[in-house]
Amino acid sequence: MDTISLHDTDFGTPLRTSETEVTLTIDGFEVTVPAGTSLMRAAMDAGTQIPKLCATDSLEPFGSCRLCLVEIEGRKGYPASCTTPAEAGMVVRTQSPKLAELRRGVMELYISDHPLDCLTCSANGDCELQDMAGAVGLREVRYGFEGKNHLAAVKDTSNPYFTYDASKCIVCNRCVRACEETQGTFALTISGRGFGSRVSAGESQQFMESECVSCGACVNACPTATLMEKTVIDAGQPDHSVLTTCAYCGVGCSFKADMKGSEVVRMTPWKDGKANEGHACIKGRFAWGYATHKERMLNPMIRKSISDPWQEVSWDEAINYAASELRRIQTKYGTDSIGGITSSRCTNEETYLVQKLVRATFHNNNTDTCARVCHSPTGYGLGQTYGTSAGTQTFKSVEHADVILVMGANPTDAHPVFSSRMKRRLREGAKLIVIDPRAIELVNGPHVKADYHLQLRPGTNVAIVSALAHVIVTEGLLDEKFISERCDTEAFNSWREFVARTENSPEALEISTGVSAELVRGAARLYATGGNAAIYYGLGVTEHSQGSTAVIGIANLAMATGNIGKEGAGVNPLRGQNNVQGACDMGSFPHELPGYRHVSDNATRNLFEKAWGVTLRADPGLRIPNMFDAALEGSFMGIYCQGEDIVQSDPNTQHVTAALSAMECVVVQDLFLNETAKYAHVFLPGASFLEKDGTFTNAERRISRVRKVMAPKAGLADWEVTVKLAKAMGYDMPYNHPSEIMDEIASLTPTFKGVNYEKIDRLGSVQWPCNDETEEAGTALMHIDHFVRGKGRFIITQYVPTDEKVTKRFPLILTTGRILSQYNVGAQTRRTENVRFHDEDRLELHPHDAEELGIQTDDWVGVSSRAGETVLRARVTERMQPGVVYTTFHFPESGANVITTDNSDWATNCPEYKVTAVKVVKVMQPSKWQEEYKTFNDNQIHLATDRVIGAALSAGK
Amino acid sequence: MEHNNNLIKMANDIGAFFEAMPDQQQAAKDAASHIQKFWESRMQKALLAYIKTDGDGQLKPVMREAIKSLN
Repeated sequence: MDTISLHDTDFGTPLRTSETEVTLTIDGFEVTVPAGTSLMRAAMDAGTQIPKLCATDSLEPFGSCRLCLVEIEGRKGYPASCTTPAEAGMVVRTQSPKLAELRRGVMELYISDHPLDCLTCSANGDCELQDMAGAVGLREVRYGFEGKNHLAAVKDTSNPYFTYDASKCIVCNRCVRACEETQGTFALTISGRGFGSRVSAGESQQFMESECVSCGACVNACPTATLMEKTVIDAGQPDHSVLTTCAYCGVGCSFKADMKGSEVVRMTPWKDGKANEGHACIKGRFAWGYATHKERMLNPMIRKSISDPWQEVSWDEAINYAASELRRIQTKYGTDSIGGITSSRCTNEETYLVQKLVRATFHNNNTDTCARVCHSPTGYGLGQTYGTSAGTQTFKSVEHADVILVMGANPTDAHPVFSSRMKRRLREGAKLIVIDPRAIELVNGPHVKADYHLQLRPGTNVAIVSALAHVIVTEGLLDEKFISERCDTEAFNSWREFVARTENSPEALEISTGVSAELVRGAARLYATGGNAAIYYGLGVTEHSQGSTAVIGIANLAMATGNIGKEGAGVNPLRGQNNVQGACDMGSFPHELPGYRHVSDNATRNLFEKAWGVTLRADPGLRIPNMFDAALEGSFMGIYCQGEDIVQSDPNTQHVTAALSAMECVVVQDLFLNETAKYAHVFLPGASFLEKDGTFTNAERRISRVRKVMAPKAGLADWEVTVKLAKAMGYDMPYNHPSEIMDEIASLTPTFKGVNYEKIDRLGSVQWPCNDETEEAGTALMHIDHFVRGKGRFIITQYVPTDEKVTKRFPLILTTGRILSQYNVGAQTRRTENVRFHDEDRLELHPHDAEELGIQTDDWVGVSSRAGETVLRARVTERMQPGVVYTTFHFPESGANVITTDNSDWATNCPEYKVTAVKVVKVMQPSKWQEEYKTFNDNQIHLATDRVIGAALSAGK
Repeated sequence: MEHNNNLIKMANDIGAFFEAMPDQQQAAKDAASHIQKFWESRMQKALLAYIKTDGDGQLKPVMREAIKSLN
């Protein structure tokens, strides 16, 4: 097992970078550090740890604990080493009799108001106060507990994941500063003065009642047991730690899985992780308990019909049954009658294997991934304009942005750790443009405000982008030098002529977008002239009938203003799930092999044919929505679905369930009996990210390791299951470890040529492209001197209104999204204490609409569209604009996707989740769909609970 | 029938993008290429079969041109 140190070295103050270095003497030793480095950190560089309590290297120095005092020759007094910068020629002493006396005095005071319960304290073994008492040689505390103290302070246990024990607080401010500097929520403060000073959440509220977002930064920063994970209180200190990558969003945070044997005690963000730099959110930090949830399905099961009880069988029986059924279907209905889908929650190696299974064993290209329903337009749009499907920057690049444009994304909820990094830059003064139908938190947060909020009508992204481009072109804001050097001239001229037309002016498009021309002009000027300008966008851009066009439009804007190929700029798709980028890279789409090479490309196909020993098809396969259509037509009858819950996550639920019901063999591989599994004939237990090795690729193209910290609970890692299925279908994939799968990927994919596990282990992570032409760790910043495709290609983006128009029958527009505490279909987060933060999907609507419809918060409301109807409880909020309603899709019974339609992006078939014309009425009972769902669901749970053990089925219908 | 209508709609959605291009001859080629690159053969065949029996009247002009090269 690859373990790392449980405790990271704490340098006391943050790393400074400077072109100037200073040399000083500390305790007789010369040390050279970058200018601006604190004496505390310089001493650490020289090998000396100065005692400290309020300092930690993730936070700016504060100088309050008075423990890190030093002596400097020629200067009076005892300055704090954390707040004193190193200067050339300084002579510093970190130890002297006087310093020792002072430090013991300070410690004595701290300990005089601290419970002396070290042996039974949850921080025993990981307590900096205890360590410092030892370091300063504290031998007595002359002040008893007779005087006023805080020992009887009541413990706040309201948060499900950590406790706040004020009796142990030394008021070092680390938690308060972490909440401000690291997280950017400012939920904590020090209330009271002098002796009365205590950490306070919100306005002296319980943590759960405050605006705390449970990111855990305060818990990480706390040097005592004041803020402590409940899991550590229960289990004790961990005995080893394994580095791994979060299995939630596309930020891809690095975590240390702190372990006790094979039990996870806590997940702590890794300070050297480049995606998160030691920060986390409520999901990655705390919501991992699903991995051991009682509802995990740990045994393979089969059944002939979905109305039959499940039969629990051995792995071999289940896999042989699946293989024989899939082959039977191919014999009966043709080679193209089966396919496979992976989830972006799967590792690179797993998705690579499934597409290989489909292409080499099923002998067709019917492979797809859930990126189909989120970021496939990114693949198309950036591929067409720049030459490859990927974000152009690192997350760190935002530190250099002067203008940040957030479009159709809500990083506060969906990419919280990146949001914190972005907010830090905004607090430093960067300008912010938000383009979103909703007033997301960034628009008017307590500490961050948008300079421009273009609150457009859903479905008008392309109009807004064209209007912004119009201003840039017609007001002479183009970066002509960049364009002439880097972009295709003919394409640019066509685009310039197009966007300059009056019909694309902000004034002309105002009637469509609902955004005042003045605001659009101001935002365009700011984006074009405000310095480094970076665009971050999300599913609010892609999940539209013109999703690909909008991505192209965004790429055009960056080229037009020269905001590409440099730090602080770029085009950055915020990927929804942890491995959306990786799933796309791995050739999961039906039209392309790994590395974004079309299946019709003979040279690429020949390469894979030689390596895999099979003949490959040169024609594209079915995309997910096409599979459903083909199933209903009777020509697509079997599917292998790894980790993806298409019933809950794909649009028009009733269409999806009808398609699955029409199939003869649905094989689902998952942790839980998810909604899709209720339509399955074969259930193969999945392994959580804690139970397998592999890699995830985040939105920065950063490839990081997922490491096994415990044995697969069902006996097999997911990649092993795919290997077995291939073998049962007559095709050998002889891998011993996922590292060998990555080696194969690297050998066949030029952009991955330099990727291997040894290098990732050594460097922490690498970013593709990673090969002989790049740095060893790959490419942090793309398109520096030239675009991947050579010259950047401007493409005309004509605004075409969606077919989902409001009518008398459906007068409102529904748009859907996510919330901080829940993740995607909620299969993981619903099985954690995160349900205490969000336990049902709500319909948000504007007070004006609510009044017209006679609806109040908490009322039950029926939401119907041309696809279906469901019932949700209402939340009236001014975050919405009149005419637009919003909900999330984290709970299956909510049926958010019963309402969404199969209208989709013209280029990729990515569904238009963000625009559905609906009618909303106050109701008193669940919808017909919900009643039917309850009956069906209850029956399926019953069929799984009462499963038969051991009786194998014979194949064939 | 529903599936055919869906294919016509999908084709016209593609057409809506390409009909804005200045060179319509090239746009038709690009639209055809798009269908060849992204549509599975069943979909292409179904669209062509539908047009053969019902005509291409429902298609945008750029797609009518594009479809010719798919035959």
